[in-house]
Amino acid sequence: MILTRRRALALSAGATTLAVLGFAPGRPQAATEAVDQALKAFTGGAAPVSGRIVLDAPEIAENGNTVPVSVSVESPMTADDHVAAVMFLAEGNPTPAVATFHFTPLSGTAVATTRIRLARTQNVIAIAKMSNGAVFMDTKQVKVTIGGCGG
Amino acid sequence: MATPKPRVKVPAKATKGEVITIKTLISHDMESGQRKDKDGKPIPRKIINRFTCTFNGQPVFACDMAPAISANPYLEFTAKVMESGTFTFTWVDDDGSVYTADNTIAVQ
Repeated sequence: MILTRRRALALSAGATTLAVLGFAPGRPQAATEAVDQALKAFTGGAAPVSGRIVLDAPEIAENGNTVPVSVSVESPMTADDHVAAVMFLAEGNPTPAVATFHFTPLSGTAVATTRIRLARTQNVIAIAKMSNGAVFMDTKQVKVTIGGCGG
Repeated sequence: MATPKPRVKVPAKATKGEVITIKTLISHDMESGQRKDKDGKPIPRKIINRFTCTFNGQPVFACDMAPAISANPYLEFTAKVMESGTFTFTWVDDDGSVYTADNTIAVQ
């Protein structure tokens, strides 16, 4: 195969694509620990299961400074059986804590929306704690074009 | 920065047992503590760290906020109304200031 200029260009473009695709943003060890710690403090050791909670966030956020996120948890919201709290965590932020919503039976539904800052492309986690201690979790990856933590 | 100004949207009327949507926004820089000024010195953190909503004194919704909440924090949530009354909203700043807003609702 003769390496013409055109072919060389095509090859290098392909290599770049591969390099970009192959790069998975690894979770730094410290961040993982902080996430685990926050989770443990919130759940009190109960293992989170998926279901009942739906986290809604954009797939691609152009501006990491304001990313709309909403959460909705299926629950009758009565005095005996309601969602006590929902915590948001952002794995890739300098500190993973984002917000904790506290609901009461007067909330009517466990649905809420806010806007958050994301430093880079990462997973956003929402964990719901029910009044009976059960814990539900949902995760969503948000691709961030411009990070939102200043610098 | 000017004094944070809360803005709240609550329906004026509702039927008994209706679940209404409440939208709140307050103007605030939410300085995260991560940024640095021109000389490279970190800008101290100054955010609103807690928001609460009560109806006739009963807690409805609350939120603990971290620096990862965007500037001009926006919150949207729901409330079930059984009687006419007043919603009271409070925002607590890192420096101890408390900003409040009141909204009344008539229930038929």
